[in-house]
Amino acid sequence: MATRGFGGRRTPADVASRIPPGQALTTGFPVLSAGPTPRVKLAEWSFTLKVGPRPLVKWDWDAFNALPRTRITRDIHCVTTWSKLDTDWEGVTIDDLLAAAGFAAPPTPFVLAHGFDGYSTNVPSADLVGGKAMVALSYDGAPLAPDHGGPARLLVPHLYFWKSAKWLSGLQFTETDTAGFWELRGYHMYGDPWREQRYHDDL
Amino acid sequence: MTAPLGWQTARIAEIVPRGARVKSFFLAPERPFVFKAGQHVDLRLTAEDGYQARRSYSIASSPGQPERLELAVEKLEDGEVSSFFHEVAQVGDEIELRGPIGGHFVWDVADGGPLLLVGAGSGVAPLMAMLRHRADQGAATPALLLLASRSWDEALFRDELIGLESRQDGFRLMIATSRDAPRRAGDHGRRFDRPMAAEALAGLPEAPRHVFICGSNAFVEAAAGALLDEGVAPGVIRTERYGG
Repeated sequence: MATRGFGGRRTPADVASRIPPGQALTTGFPVLSAGPTPRVKLAEWSFTLKVGPRPLVKWDWDAFNALPRTRITRDIHCVTTWSKLDTDWEGVTIDDLLAAAGFAAPPTPFVLAHGFDGYSTNVPSADLVGGKAMVALSYDGAPLAPDHGGPARLLVPHLYFWKSAKWLSGLQFTETDTAGFWELRGYHMYGDPWREQRYHDDL
Repeated sequence: MTAPLGWQTARIAEIVPRGARVKSFFLAPERPFVFKAGQHVDLRLTAEDGYQARRSYSIASSPGQPERLELAVEKLEDGEVSSFFHEVAQVGDEIELRGPIGGHFVWDVADGGPLLLVGAGSGVAPLMAMLRHRADQGAATPALLLLASRSWDEALFRDELIGLESRQDGFRLMIATSRDAPRRAGDHGRRFDRPMAAEALAGLPEAPRHVFICGSNAFVEAAAGALLDEGVAPGVIRTERYGG
């Protein structure tokens, strides 16, 4: 159905192929969070890798920062319809994290990412490995700002950005795909922007 | 919540200017749906060549009137969709709509109170739905809205809110205008700050059970920070942030 009188603003042709359907290019970096920004002190910060209910490895801030670092540039897509191109991140890839914990491969097929604010979100393990995801510690060359998820956030740039949990406190490997915070509140279990998997009934 | 959310057509039934920068659009959906105060809808506009833009708008009207949804659309500088609404859209036009969406920033009278609402600019829209719902239900839930606005004239839903407060049913309104002097006793002529947070908290009979903050990210960060400084538990604060 065409909307009377709506012309719309087209994405510049040189980047149009990088903007998923229903998304619009932004040059800002909007912030969306379900609650207040938690006050996470680095001295109290920790990151825990769990398999099911069992904590396997726990890093404090210094130990986590001693892990191998990778810098990547990726396009990101928020379900609220903005997309941002060429965002620059540095952090620890999930491959390196698993290797540091002694795993050659993810121990289970799914992951629930947890935040210090009680937030959680689910991602298949396969979407986190092979260089596809990281625990990001810096954005655009500077430590990650608190309202963007600092000290550390998950970065899974090929899925809608609610999957990139802010204020990350750990990853929990699970046998089954377990809905997280937004997934329990009507959002899609997987969240592929190229298939417009925004809400639970999107295919 | 797991009901299908498919797109449907909604007709613009009425357009009401609300100050210089906001217009309310009253939409009549083909298939009215049950929603909770605080939820939003997605709107989709389609150009002749098939290009589409979609945006989310909070519902400002009460869940008691699902056949007539009010969306308060602020005109944004360079806004692709808000410009269409402000400059092109007319009564009788049809828009595609999907919803309701969002299961977190919601309040029902059964959730109880006290309720502390903090909204800036058009961010007051979902809070307005909560207060209209509360009034529809004849609830006496203690509630306080801190309405932050640049000016008295731009304070969204101001007269209706003053009317709700005059019912003396446990609802209090505090207006904070950053560029105007305060007009009423208890209002403030400055930005939201920590003393104002303390005053809002003192205006409730006990610590709030639910806090909802909506506005720009900068506003929400400042307001949530001030309330945390005043001892509000992070777990009772829910936020919704607009734009960048």
